[in-house]
Amino acid sequence: MASDMSLAGRRRVQLALLLTPVSLFFAVFFLGPLTIMIVTSFLAPGLYGGVEWVFYPHNYGRILGFADPAFEVFDPVYLSIFLRSLKIAAFTVIATLFVCYPAAFCIARLSERWKNFCLFLITLPFFTSLIVRLFIWVLILRQTGIVNEALLAGGIIDRPLELIYTDGAIVLGMVYIFIPFMFMPVYASVEKLDWTLVRASLDLGAGPIRTFVRIILPLTAPGIAGGAIIVFIPALGNFVVPAVLGGAKVMMLGNLIEQQFLSARNWPFGSALAMMVMSVMLVLLFIYVVASGRRGADVMN
Amino acid sequence: MRDSIVRLEGAAKTFPTPEGLSVTALDAIDLDVDRNEFLTLLGPSGCGKTTLLQAISGFVELDAGRILIDGEDMTTRPPYRRPVNTVFQNYALFPHMTVGENTGYALEVGGVAKSERMKQVAAALDMVGLTGLEGRRPRQLSGGQQQRVALARAIIARPKLLLLDEPLSALDKNLRQSMQIELKTLQSELGISFIFVTHDQQEALTMSDRVAVLSGGRIQQLDTPRNIYDRPNNSFVATFVGASNLFEGQLDNGWLLTSDGTAIRYVPSVGNVSGKARALIRPEQFFISREGRDHPFLDVEVEQLVFVGSSFELFGHTAEGRKVIAEIPAGRRSFVGEVEQTRKARLSYDPAAVHLIRCDADGI
Repeated sequence: MASDMSLAGRRRVQLALLLTPVSLFFAVFFLGPLTIMIVTSFLAPGLYGGVEWVFYPHNYGRILGFADPAFEVFDPVYLSIFLRSLKIAAFTVIATLFVCYPAAFCIARLSERWKNFCLFLITLPFFTSLIVRLFIWVLILRQTGIVNEALLAGGIIDRPLELIYTDGAIVLGMVYIFIPFMFMPVYASVEKLDWTLVRASLDLGAGPIRTFVRIILPLTAPGIAGGAIIVFIPALGNFVVPAVLGGAKVMMLGNLIEQQFLSARNWPFGSALAMMVMSVMLVLLFIYVVASGRRGADVMN
Repeated sequence: MRDSIVRLEGAAKTFPTPEGLSVTALDAIDLDVDRNEFLTLLGPSGCGKTTLLQAISGFVELDAGRILIDGEDMTTRPPYRRPVNTVFQNYALFPHMTVGENTGYALEVGGVAKSERMKQVAAALDMVGLTGLEGRRPRQLSGGQQQRVALARAIIARPKLLLLDEPLSALDKNLRQSMQIELKTLQSELGISFIFVTHDQQEALTMSDRVAVLSGGRIQQLDTPRNIYDRPNNSFVATFVGASNLFEGQLDNGWLLTSDGTAIRYVPSVGNVSGKARALIRPEQFFISREGRDHPFLDVEVEQLVFVGSSFELFGHTAEGRKVIAEIPAGRRSFVGEVEQTRKARLSYDPAAVHLIRCDADGI
C-alpha cells in the first residue's frame, strides 16, 4: 500500500515537471499581457497616445451605449461593427462546415493511402504564406480580375461586378483560410464513427434521413462543435482577411482593434474592444466545456 | 409448397479482392427456414455465413437469385423495410442513448406513442432479465448485459425473423453457455425463427433445430445436429464438426482396407459393399478393452494422454503410423493408469457406430 502511494506521488511530481515549461510560458506570455490589457481597458486614453492612470469605464461605454458625456454622444457604429463581425464569423463557420462535413465522409471511406494523401492536400496551403494566398483572391475578384474579365468576354455582363470589398468577399476569404481548421476536428469524429451503429439503425427500421438525424449527427456532434469553435474564435478577431479583401469599405473588429492601437493610438479603447472579443470567446468555450463535460460524465457514470 | 419463413433461391454473390481476383461468398444457395425454427449457419471464417446473413437482412445485394421472407420477394428491398432484425456481433448499442431508448428504438422509428413504447420496453427488458435498467447508459453495463439489451432491442418490434451474428463470441465461457440455453428458451417463447451464425460447432449443436454447415459459399450439409455429428455427408463436415478419425480405403463387404494395411470393420448395407470410401470413428466411440475379443479393435502406441476434466484425450498412432484420437471417460481410471504405464492401448469399437462417407461425396 505504501509503495502504491509513493508511486502515485511520483506520478504527480512527474506530471508537474512535465507541465512546468508550458505553464511558465503561458504565465509569462499569456497571463502577463492579458493582465496589462484588462488594466489598460479601464484607463483613460492619453492625449497624445499612452494612458492616464485614472479609472475610466467609458471605453466600454463607447461600444455599449454609455459614452463619456464630456467628449461625445453615443455612436452605434462600433456596436454594428461588433455585430457584423459576429455575423461574418458565424457565416464562416456554417460555410466551412457545409464544405467539410460531406468531404470528411468521403475521405473517411477511402483506403489508408488515399486518406493520407487527401489529408496532406488539406494541409498543403499552410506551406504558402497566408498573405500571398489572400492576394491571389484579389487578382481573381477585382474589377479587372479573372472572373469579371471572363464574364465580360463571354458577354454575360456588360459592366464589371463588385465582387471584392464586400461582406461576401470576406466570408469567401475566411472560408478559404479556415477550411483546414474545420476539417480536422470534423474528420476526426467522422472517421471514428462506428458504421455498425448506422447499420443497426437501418436494421431496426430507421430510414436514411432518420438514421442521419438520430445516429450520425449526434455521434459526430463533438467534432462539429470543436470545429465550430476553432473556426469562430479566430474568424471573429481576424484582421488580415478584411484588410485585404474588405479594403476600406468593410471593417471588422480585428481591423478596428488594429487601428486603435497603431493609427488612433487609443490603447484603452483598443483594449476594451479586444476584451469584448475575448468575453464572447470565453462564453462559447464555457458552453463547450460544460456540454462536453456533461457528455463525459454520462460516459463515466 | 413448403411453408417457410425465409426462402433463398439460387442466392449468389462474389466479392472482388484487392488483388483483382474475385471470391465466391455465396455459390447459388437454396435454403428454406421453417417457421419457429432455430437454424444455425456454421462454418469457418470466410465460408460465406456472414454474407448469407447480410443478404437476408439487406446489407448485401445479391448478384443473382431471390430472397423471399414470408412469401414476399425482398431481394431488392432496403434493410429498413424488411421485417427482420439483427443482433450484431459487438452489440452495436447506440452509446448516446439510454438502455430504454436503445431498446425502444424500433418502436420510436415505427411511430409508437411514448407511453405504449415505455410499457413495451419494460416488458422486453423484463424478458431478458434487465428489469428497471432503462435509465442506464450502454457503457455502464457489463458485456453480458449489453448483449441482453441488444437482444431486447432486436425482438421488441416482433420481427418475423431474428438474425444473430456470432452474438456470443465476446462472452466468457460460462456466460456463453447460460446465454445459449436462454436464447433457445427465448426463441421457443417468442415463436420467432432465429438464424444464428457461429463458427463454434459446440454452440451450433447445443442450440439448433437444424444446422447448415457452410464452406466455400456452399451448404455442405443441412440437417439436425445429431445427423450432422453422426452422419456427416462428407469429410469437411466430419472434420469441422467435432474431432474425428477418418480412414480412407477400399470397401470389401464389411471391411474397409486402407492402403497402409489398416482394416476397419463396418456393417455392410446396400450401396456400400464395394468402392472407395472413408470410415469415420468419433473419439468417444473407442473404448479401451484388455482382450477385445467381442469387438474389432486398433492397437495404438500412446503419444499423449491429456486430462480435460470429464475425460482423458488419448493421442496415439497405429503400428502403420496412422494418427488416432480417442476419448476415455475419466471414471475409468484403472485403464488410464495401465495405459500410462505401458504407453500402449487397445482401442475397440462397435462396427455399427462406424459411419461411411463415400468418396464421391468428397469429389475424389
